[in-house]
Amino acid sequence: MDRIWTFSTLVIFGAAAVLAAASSSGRGESAGTSPMIGATIKGKVVFQGKAPKDRKISVEGDKYCSSCNPEGISTERYVIGPNRELCHVFVYVKKGLEGRTFDPPKEAVLLDQKHCVYTPHVFGIMTGQELRIRNSDDTLHNIHATPKLNAEFNFGQPKKGTEEIRTFSFPEIMVPIKCDVHGWMSCYAGVVSHPFFQVTNASGTFELTELPAGEYEIEAWHEKFGTLSQTVKVGDGQTRELEFTFKKK
Amino acid sequence: MEGPSGGLVRMSGTHAAGGFWTRYVFSRDHKVIGIQYILTAMAMGLVGGALAAWIRVQLAWPGSAGISPEQYPSLVTMHGTLMIFFVVSLALVSGLGNIIIPLQVGARDMAYPFLNMLSFWTVLPACPLMLASFFVPGGAAAAGWTAYPPLSALKGAIPGSGWGQSLWLLAMALFIASFTMGGLNFVATIFNLRARGLTMMRLPLACWTYLVSSILGLLSFPALTAAAIMLLLDRHAGTSFFVPSGVVIAGQVQAHQGGTPLLFQHLFWFLGHPEVYVLVLPALGIAFDVIAAFSRRPPHGYRITVWSLIVVAVLGMVVWGHHMFTSGMNPYLGKYFSVVTLLITLPFAAIGVNLVASLWRARLRWTPAMLWALGLISAVGTGGLGGVYLGNATADLHFHDSYFVVGHFHFMIGMVTLFGTFAGIFYWFPKLTGRLMNERLGRLHFWLTSLPMFALFFLMHLQGLRGMMRRYYEFSQDYVAPVLWLQPVLTVLAFVVFASQALFLINFFRSPFRGESAGPNPWNATTLEWTTPSPAPHGNWPDETPSAWRGPYEYSRNGNESDFELQSAPAAPGVLPSKR
Amino acid sequence: MDDRSPSPLSLAFPLALVILAAAVVGTFFLLDWRLDVASEHGRGVDQMIFFLLVCTGPLFVAGHLAVAWFVWKSRWRDTPAYLPPSPRAEWLATLIPVLLIGAVAEGGVLAIGMPVWGQVYREEPDTLPVEIVGKQFEWIARYPGRDGKFGRTEPTLIDDVENPLGLDEDDPAATDDIVVRGALYLPSGRAASIRIRSLDVLHSFAVPVMRTKQDAVPGLVTRTQMRPTTPGKYEITCAELCGMGHYRMRGYVNVLTPEEFEAWRARQVGWFE
Repeated sequence: MDRIWTFSTLVIFGAAAVLAAASSSGRGESAGTSPMIGATIKGKVVFQGKAPKDRKISVEGDKYCSSCNPEGISTERYVIGPNRELCHVFVYVKKGLEGRTFDPPKEAVLLDQKHCVYTPHVFGIMTGQELRIRNSDDTLHNIHATPKLNAEFNFGQPKKGTEEIRTFSFPEIMVPIKCDVHGWMSCYAGVVSHPFFQVTNASGTFELTELPAGEYEIEAWHEKFGTLSQTVKVGDGQTRELEFTFKKK
Repeated sequence: MEGPSGGLVRMSGTHAAGGFWTRYVFSRDHKVIGIQYILTAMAMGLVGGALAAWIRVQLAWPGSAGISPEQYPSLVTMHGTLMIFFVVSLALVSGLGNIIIPLQVGARDMAYPFLNMLSFWTVLPACPLMLASFFVPGGAAAAGWTAYPPLSALKGAIPGSGWGQSLWLLAMALFIASFTMGGLNFVATIFNLRARGLTMMRLPLACWTYLVSSILGLLSFPALTAAAIMLLLDRHAGTSFFVPSGVVIAGQVQAHQGGTPLLFQHLFWFLGHPEVYVLVLPALGIAFDVIAAFSRRPPHGYRITVWSLIVVAVLGMVVWGHHMFTSGMNPYLGKYFSVVTLLITLPFAAIGVNLVASLWRARLRWTPAMLWALGLISAVGTGGLGGVYLGNATADLHFHDSYFVVGHFHFMIGMVTLFGTFAGIFYWFPKLTGRLMNERLGRLHFWLTSLPMFALFFLMHLQGLRGMMRRYYEFSQDYVAPVLWLQPVLTVLAFVVFASQALFLINFFRSPFRGESAGPNPWNATTLEWTTPSPAPHGNWPDETPSAWRGPYEYSRNGNESDFELQSAPAAPGVLPSKR
Repeated sequence: MDDRSPSPLSLAFPLALVILAAAVVGTFFLLDWRLDVASEHGRGVDQMIFFLLVCTGPLFVAGHLAVAWFVWKSRWRDTPAYLPPSPRAEWLATLIPVLLIGAVAEGGVLAIGMPVWGQVYREEPDTLPVEIVGKQFEWIARYPGRDGKFGRTEPTLIDDVENPLGLDEDDPAATDDIVVRGALYLPSGRAASIRIRSLDVLHSFAVPVMRTKQDAVPGLVTRTQMRPTTPGKYEITCAELCGMGHYRMRGYVNVLTPEEFEAWRARQVGWFE
């Protein structure tokens, strides 16, 4: 009996050590060649068909959130412009940059929790780049990321003005982040190992600049409509335009 | 060496004293092992107490303690686990039990000295293992000392359910293994190694309570062992004993299927409730012995007490469901458990009444041990009456998981057990060291610990009446607002209690060197341990072990010259002790 | 040690016990521990608690006074003589207080407690069916809608943003289900039969002012019943440790008059309507 426990203790300790080593070491980014003034890929994302209704979320169970959102909260999923432009689409280079390495920018990405909503709702971030998570609300939020490849994190920010910093080690499309205290609060992080990504705004446009010449697969991701991808070849100094058209799944 | 049951008796006590290592470290001497347990418990008690103080800072002044909401459950969990299993169990049951039992039954050592040593060296590594969990990713176990799944089974449910929970389960497994070995030893020793003439009905009540407590522990701990292993398998081997289908954590549907969390609760409380008696009964037994010695009269109703102990134990095994009135089990079971639980008030009240009645026509000696024993009467009475509320299923609809429960169990397994432990340590300290503990420090320690503790835990009952829930990081609910001003008051009380333990530590570590030297029987007490010199030598008696000629509490008998008669004093010259 | 001169403790200790007992009784009058009650069975629960307070209070005081008295008396005793009582007297001395406590404990639960227990768990006719679902860290209420049937739910369909309960659009019974996050609306005077579920870990649906508490157990549907008496807004809390947000897993029970409740219900739109 004792021997079994001793043995299993050893096994679990060993496993813990290996796991801890794996999660903390991450990937060393070697200093890479910075891209020259190169190609540009830009375009537009639109939605075709009848837009799903944006169900207002009632938050009357929470005193604080209902006081700043008396009318309820938008899901921010179906933000579609008058000309069908689709907002909150993550566009990035999926293939074509293999073998190149890029340094993450020094400045952090800010994820703000204000009025019980995440701002931004969808964002891109480079591996190794700092994610600064701020609570601007006078209530508890917890930040629970549930990635598949990266390390899961889950912590609470009980006070207004607190900030925490996290980083991601591996590229991952997408990392869902949510607040368990306020179930409707959710956002997504697109983690890539290069700086060629953008999230569409209300105009539905995107522009990836300073790309090295080459052939790329560009993917557009939307949290409910899935992904679309196109392959495009650009030369140095060239600009190519793309249009992604999402349909209701 | 004498004793009718041959093999066991001859086997025990035959180990040589040995050199430094075998004498003080890997010792098989029950007294040394007992002290080792007590020292371990003191170290863990400092951690557990510091955790309590830290928690209280957060509760009094939210946000100022540097505790985050996900750490708070970890601190609560570890405080409870350390205090119940690594402080009270180790100091009171394993520690004092080891010291008292062989001496009181007139044996040279435990029945299985090697097993006894093994038992200590099994639980010792559990301590660093448990404490290490604070430093693993995610922090220490956070599902409460009850470790209810699915919270404790699913890693995503709370950060502490990562490695912290696994370490917790492993440490608990070591603890249970150790406690089982210890319990076996206690039972075997009391049944087999009693001195000639020491019939069961001549056994001091402390031994009786250790016997009943050990049997209860042996019967109930296997259920927790099983539950802990099943939970480990659920966590690491993909089984689903306790996790049902379709559990969604942070948007992810879990792979588990078909288990039920209620199964764990039944298994846990099948141990958890008897565990309360495992801890509380020895404290009562010690109180009986101490009160008898310092009130100079036999305890009231020895036989009633013994039978009550047995009835408490039997009933205690079949009432675990009163922790689960609102758990979702069949409401008819709630009725059964409520009615049977409240039956325990009968034998338990008998024990309490006997404690009080033992003071009738007494002639008190105000030693610190006596103060603790008297304080214990107040604590066990108040805590016991609180149990009448909680055993009542209807009232429990309001009290379940409230501060009323917190206050109640701190009375029972906080105050009663600690008071018993302190009483026991003061009382038997001379037998171990040959010196007395300082009485003035002891009295100061008593007042500074007992009164603030009483106020602290009593006021928690009132917060519970108001509906304040336990395990809350902070209280922003409107309905509890009128009792929230008490929070800083309780925190200050908790700090006084924590700080005053320094007095005890000073006394405990100074007295072996500076204390007044004690003769073999400083209290003029009657039981067998007082027939050997203090400190008791290796093997307990320098020459022959004593025989028992009479009951354990022959104080102030009419017609006797002295006011006490040692159990080993022959009734008349030439008469042999009566048969066992 | 000198046993002849009485120790100051033989005065201080009984005094401390008397003060302690008085302080304990006093706090019940000084502190605002009384919580409003807004449900029918809640009054029964309060009667049960009140009965226990009234009965155990004197027992508590009597016990402390007895110890104080014995200790006080011991001050003048210095003869070592002790007359053991006869076994019969000993039995009587123990049995009488024991029976008293037993009668309080068992009598209370059988005469007062169990009928209230029945009010909570014995299902009444013509109750209002509602569901309350716990998840980390939110309470979500659901009403069956016009058809009186709760629609099917699937864990795989759960989407915290748009479909927190995982209602199945393909089930016609689900179409008109009303889902309210964080608030339960109940009419006063009518018993509500509340089915309780959990989507993840254990929770406990607790409405202190209603004296209602019932665990939400994943994999099980538990049930409790309450008949609100007084319109108002009452806090729901969680009474079973469920994670870091346990302490602020909140919600409200809004008790409306029957007319207001019907009006509220008429305003609600089914989940897939």
